[in-house]
Amino acid sequence: MSKEIIKIEDLKREFTMGTETVHALRGISFTIKEGEFVTIMGSSGSGKSTMLNILGCLDQPTSGTYEIDGVSMKDLSRNELATIRNEKIGFIFQSYNLLARTSAIENVELPLLYNSKVSTDERRERAIKALEMVGLGDRLHHTPSQLSGGQQQRVAIARSLVNNPVMILADEATGNLDTRTSYEIMSLFQDLNKKGITITFVTHEPDIATFSSRTIVLKDGSIMQDYKNHKVQSAAEELAKLPQENH
Amino acid sequence: MRILNLLKIAFKAIVLNKMRTLLTMLGIIIGVASVIAMLAIGEGSKESIRNTISSMGSNMITIRPGTDDRGPARGSGGDVQTLTLKSFEVIKEKATLLSYVTPVVNGGGQVISGANNWPSTIYGVNPDYLEIKVVGLQSGSMFTDAEVKSASKVVILGQTVVDNVFPDGQEPVGQMIRFDNIPFKVIGVLEEKGENTFGQDQDDVVIAPYTTVQKRILAIDYLNQIMASAVSEDDAPDAVLEVTDILREEHKLMDNEEDDFTVRSMEELISTFSSTSEMLTVLLVAVASISLLIGGIGIMNIMYVSVKERTKEIGLRMAVGGKGSDILLQFLIEAILISITGGVLGVLLGLGATVFIEKFLHWPTSVAMYSIIISFAVCAVTGIFFGWYPARKASALDPITALRYE
Repeated sequence: MSKEIIKIEDLKREFTMGTETVHALRGISFTIKEGEFVTIMGSSGSGKSTMLNILGCLDQPTSGTYEIDGVSMKDLSRNELATIRNEKIGFIFQSYNLLARTSAIENVELPLLYNSKVSTDERRERAIKALEMVGLGDRLHHTPSQLSGGQQQRVAIARSLVNNPVMILADEATGNLDTRTSYEIMSLFQDLNKKGITITFVTHEPDIATFSSRTIVLKDGSIMQDYKNHKVQSAAEELAKLPQENH
Repeated sequence: MRILNLLKIAFKAIVLNKMRTLLTMLGIIIGVASVIAMLAIGEGSKESIRNTISSMGSNMITIRPGTDDRGPARGSGGDVQTLTLKSFEVIKEKATLLSYVTPVVNGGGQVISGANNWPSTIYGVNPDYLEIKVVGLQSGSMFTDAEVKSASKVVILGQTVVDNVFPDGQEPVGQMIRFDNIPFKVIGVLEEKGENTFGQDQDDVVIAPYTTVQKRILAIDYLNQIMASAVSEDDAPDAVLEVTDILREEHKLMDNEEDDFTVRSMEELISTFSSTSEMLTVLLVAVASISLLIGGIGIMNIMYVSVKERTKEIGLRMAVGGKGSDILLQFLIEAILISITGGVLGVLLGLGATVFIEKFLHWPTSVAMYSIIISFAVCAVTGIFFGWYPARKASALDPITALRYE
């Protein structure tokens, strides 16, 4: 039995908009085990973003329990949440969110700058290793403007890996990329997953879900479906099937 | 470690915006430079006034007849005859804080030597005069107490008088001159002192024993003033009080009566002039401080823009584990770095400007160490003060909102 990375029980999140109370999440329960590749699907308004914020420790639930790597989120201060984000979660965003005019290696080093346990030398070493893992070992000193969209997202993935998180949390990570590049990125995610990294991927694109091992579908703040994908497609194979681009 | 990392981050942000940072710094640079230059000018003029007055004898105390020129319709000091030789003798006998005292009688007249003549002023004094005025003789010698007693017809000339009545460069010592048709023997020449702070030629004088001037020229038995010098500059104010007491007693003044004489020390003169130049310094510094303030507002402005512009970056930093305090410190350090770098450049520019003013405008300047320390401290405080609110604002951002900010 592998370790439970995420444990959510009867999670509720309510927002007060003027006099009305909006129920973004209405009692959600699930667990994610180590080594899983989960996609969380749902149309806009389904509570997907709220779920992502809570999973990413950026927001706290109104009620219910949320444990990440055995640590309960309940009643943690802003600073404690920041430390959890720093040590346990790797974020990947739709728009990459790299620092402009800053080299790839410095972008990747960023999370470690906020971890005073990591020395300057170790930081550099780990950043290089992370960039090599995403296939950018030869682009260490390129700035975002000198990189393609796919390469920029690879830098962002390297940044999410550098702090050795228990889980990578991707928010529409392929949303800004064309089909070919997004398959390349998905293929990279699958490779990382095979190396044992737990990935939670929030998306609204159904074809992305076919590359994951499990899919949770949200609708109106509740789980509509939660199923194991028995026939995981290989992104690398799909990539090969795509018609060759005309140059 | 943490501070070091934050310093690195802040430094990076500054380097990425070189032009903007430099322009922001400019306000601080100009502010600090002008504070330093203005203070240097103020200090310089104060020092130069003090030096001139000191060269006239900073221990000097003058006692004039008549009261201070306060209130309506009082005669000028010259008309009042409350100072006599007796006053002088009493002061000389009783005063403990004075090292030299001389009576002074003076009058104008024509100095004549052969075909040359020159209008000047004759001062009748005793040999202490030279010590009080801190002046020496370039040739000849001072008259003696014996010569004072016998009312000898001997004089010592100032350089201006020498230049005018002995235009051919003859040696004046030993020559005979006439002052108001009375023949005098020249026994010495004063060292040149030049003009004093008030533009008066200190070399246009004739010095003679006061007895001679009193009896043979002016035919008076009172004194125009008494000059003295305090034991030290610090004792001057006490000496003024002491002399006042002695004279009040000698003049038998009741407690409710005003002094019928005026005692002044050079110290008072110095402080009068210093306070004028001090006021000027305060004005200059006020103007310079305003530019420093504007510089600070410039920093605040640019930091606000910077926080707004980098909202998304702040969100990202928070998402990857930056705490509120990390963000606060990052922006605060950035503001302080800008203001301190501006301060250093400002100090250098201010020193450069001071050297320039001294060299090319020939204004006296004096850079006070405290002006550098103060303006530097003000810079650091400016950075913290004006950087605090924008930094605070950045650190209080909600990471979710910041991340979604476009």
